Amino acid sequence: MVKDQEFLETKASYCLGLAKKLGATDSSVIVKNSISETVNFRNKNLDESNRSDDLGLSITTYIGKKKSSISSSNLLNDNLNILIEKCIETTKNTPEDEFNSLPDRDLFAKEVKDLNLYDETHIENNQKIDYLKKLEAAASKDKKIVNTESSFTQNKSNFVLANSEGFCDGYKTSSFTASSVTVAKDEKSMERDYEYSSKCFLKDLDDADELGNLAANQTIRKLSPKKIGSEKIAIIFDKRIAKGVLSTFASAISSSAISRGTSFLKDKVNQKIFSDKINVFDKPDMLKGLGSRNFDSEGVKTDTLKLVDQGILKHYLIDTYNGKKLNLKSNGRCGGTSNLYFENGNINFKDLLNSHSKSLYITETIGHGSNIVTGDYSVGATGFLIENGEFKYPINEITIAGNFKDMFQNITLANDLEFKYATNSPTMLIEGMVVAGK
Amino acid sequence: MSNFFEKSDVSRKEAESIISDTLQKCDDGELYLENSKSESILLDDNKIKNSSYNSDLGFGFRAISDEVVAYSHSNEISKNSLKQSSENLKSTLKSVKGTYNHEITKSNKKYYDNINPIEQKSLNEKIKILNDVNDYLRSKGDKVKQVTANFLGEQKSVEIIRSGGETLSDVRPLVRFNVSVMVEKDGRKETGVYGVGGRQSYDSYLKDENWKSVCDEALRIASVNLESKPAPAGEMKVVLGPGWPAILIHEAVGHGLEGDFNRKKTSAFHNLMGQKVASEGVTIIDDGTIDNRRGSLTIDDEGTPTEKTVLIENGILKNFMQDRLNARLMKTRSTGSGRRENYRHIVLPRMRNTMMLSGKQTQEEMIKAVDKGIFAVSFGGGQVDITSGKFVFNCTEAYEIVNGKIGSPIKGATLIGDGPSILKEVSMVGNDMMMDPGIGTCGKAGQGVPVGVAQPSILINKMTVGGTKL
Repeated sequence: MVKDQEFLETKASYCLGLAKKLGATDSSVIVKNSISETVNFRNKNLDESNRSDDLGLSITTYIGKKKSSISSSNLLNDNLNILIEKCIETTKNTPEDEFNSLPDRDLFAKEVKDLNLYDETHIENNQKIDYLKKLEAAASKDKKIVNTESSFTQNKSNFVLANSEGFCDGYKTSSFTASSVTVAKDEKSMERDYEYSSKCFLKDLDDADELGNLAANQTIRKLSPKKIGSEKIAIIFDKRIAKGVLSTFASAISSSAISRGTSFLKDKVNQKIFSDKINVFDKPDMLKGLGSRNFDSEGVKTDTLKLVDQGILKHYLIDTYNGKKLNLKSNGRCGGTSNLYFENGNINFKDLLNSHSKSLYITETIGHGSNIVTGDYSVGATGFLIENGEFKYPINEITIAGNFKDMFQNITLANDLEFKYATNSPTMLIEGMVVAGK
Repeated sequence: MSNFFEKSDVSRKEAESIISDTLQKCDDGELYLENSKSESILLDDNKIKNSSYNSDLGFGFRAISDEVVAYSHSNEISKNSLKQSSENLKSTLKSVKGTYNHEITKSNKKYYDNINPIEQKSLNEKIKILNDVNDYLRSKGDKVKQVTANFLGEQKSVEIIRSGGETLSDVRPLVRFNVSVMVEKDGRKETGVYGVGGRQSYDSYLKDENWKSVCDEALRIASVNLESKPAPAGEMKVVLGPGWPAILIHEAVGHGLEGDFNRKKTSAFHNLMGQKVASEGVTIIDDGTIDNRRGSLTIDDEGTPTEKTVLIENGILKNFMQDRLNARLMKTRSTGSGRRENYRHIVLPRMRNTMMLSGKQTQEEMIKAVDKGIFAVSFGGGQVDITSGKFVFNCTEAYEIVNGKIGSPIKGATLIGDGPSILKEVSMVGNDMMMDPGIGTCGKAGQGVPVGVAQPSILINKMTVGGTKL
């Protein structure tokens, strides 16, 4: 069982009390416990079981405008005494920064709604094994599948965030995650692909058969890929890749990148950065949402933000420190976005495929090719050639490149949004990108 | 050296008996104890943005029966916690009937000193250097718009207790110093990043204002990029500079030669042992025994001393990198490559310092041999799909080559290639092998471990460059 609220609160208040006694003018602390149990299968047999019990604490102390922090996994009071003393010493020796402070008092979250983020259900390893047997049977049906690896994880977490302004709150969350990775082989090639499902509640998890079948089919269709020539062509991003475009957008509007001047979206609030039809939301209070939260990692309340309205950037993602620097109020985004998504477009998936006589459908990208300073984008890619709405053949060993400033203006979204991750996008078409191949 | 049982309600003797009892009839396994202390001091936007300290203590208990690994970890070193872990392991491995393999190689060699780099330099001295870095770079002209510099220091003590009470231990220092600078000219912004580090004290890298050369290099890269034009798109010849560009080797062949992927036959290299996988003259080793290098280890995380493992010799595939589990299942020996990020993670076969050795040619000869291509000097990072063998890496400093001469700088671009065939496309190997500056972290299965790379300049006949200019 994860540690209860009372245990975490006792540790938190011990730290706050000690910090104050040792001279901190302000302090904040997060105490967290997380227990995960994982079972892995490979080729229909048990491969690994893994149980992890992580207890940790992180405290930040302020002396006036000086600040320092420590974290530790050893919560014995003896150890905490040494660490907090060290933290206070370091704080004294760290130069002042006028923007250092706890959040403004009126911004703290006042009510904590039940967002349905915790499922009491405990799934025993035997039940995980039953699920994985079924999944692997489905995944390995086809003779072309030569290796299957699958995994089932139950995670239960609890945390308390407290500070010297009197904020003290936290709640339990749970997640159940199943995944399947398959390798397929033919005379010419060997390919790998995956499918996965992650939910707050066990009963919402995808069916094992379905997950295994999807993983296998997605792998088999990649066999015997071709390399194509270099050209300018419309790119369609599968949903699992399209969400990455949103993640890059989120990094580029984080108040830290904006205040440091290291983002291609600096000074773009109230300007049109996407095409007219694009709306972006960040909605923290979604029931059972994988990114849902009641407050951010500083305790600041989080409201739903319409970040992009008809193509126009409306907000940055603001925390206390960078907000003060930019002369803006925190909007509860310390630690990033919650449930971030593009609103659906008004064209269906099939019509999107059909919208160009020739396009590339990308299912995987590799490499870290997004530069948020310049907006330049260049990554390795795997996918399919689409002609007249039909999947023609798999392609690999190509790169796709462009600049986000242009890419954002050329996005068309399908109407097939799902909430599978914390950050979600419908299938996305971008015109005018360059493919490098042969 | 940490005494892990000093403040615990379980004595070393009691722990040993729980270990021996749990691992009875298992093929392998151990209790891994770890105590790490780390610090991070960050200067950003003209200010000390962050000074933090982390202390982490915990154990990971592993039992292996045939191919099945049971693992349980906790950060509470207590009788209760060890017993609960033991129960978890036993319940996974219900009917074990193996014989514990007590054999483990021994060595007295050490590749770094038992020091705590965090304590060797005061916070005020570190803050002073960071402020000096900021002042130094900002004195280089108005175009410098942002400077970020940081220190990362760590001391990790590990202890491995095997069935029967055999104990192996290691204390590992690690430091890193990074500088990132953003410049702006005519509304255009570019960044340059450089860093140094390894397993010794900060002073080994920073004495006598050595930090200035790190700043100069970061600023040089940023300034070159201000003048860069769009990179070409398509297949062409590529000359790689020496040192850090060896992440090509790490991604293209390194990961594919790790034991687990080959035992599972999911690596594109699994059926190529003894075959020619690279041009003649290409020799690649993975070496954990170089003094004070970032990827070096006295013993790996299973207690096996590290070694210099020849992976590819003169073009022929010779060895995979092995931990104990994969070595046993593939009927070979561990190469001391069993590593984990920390006690929360299971051991996997991993790289240490992966190096392509020098050949005979010069970089000038290579450039001269190229009509149309690119010369890549500095890189961000890379990634590989070990099954299809396709890998990428991102240039952060590169130039076009036209008719045997280095031309204008080009914008950062991703290069993509095919691991099993790329080394056959190496047509010249330089005489200028160089280690990277000590900044690499390799990610696998969610675990990051410090690694090193090295290579001479090389000429690759054909690679796809992911630019935007057709």
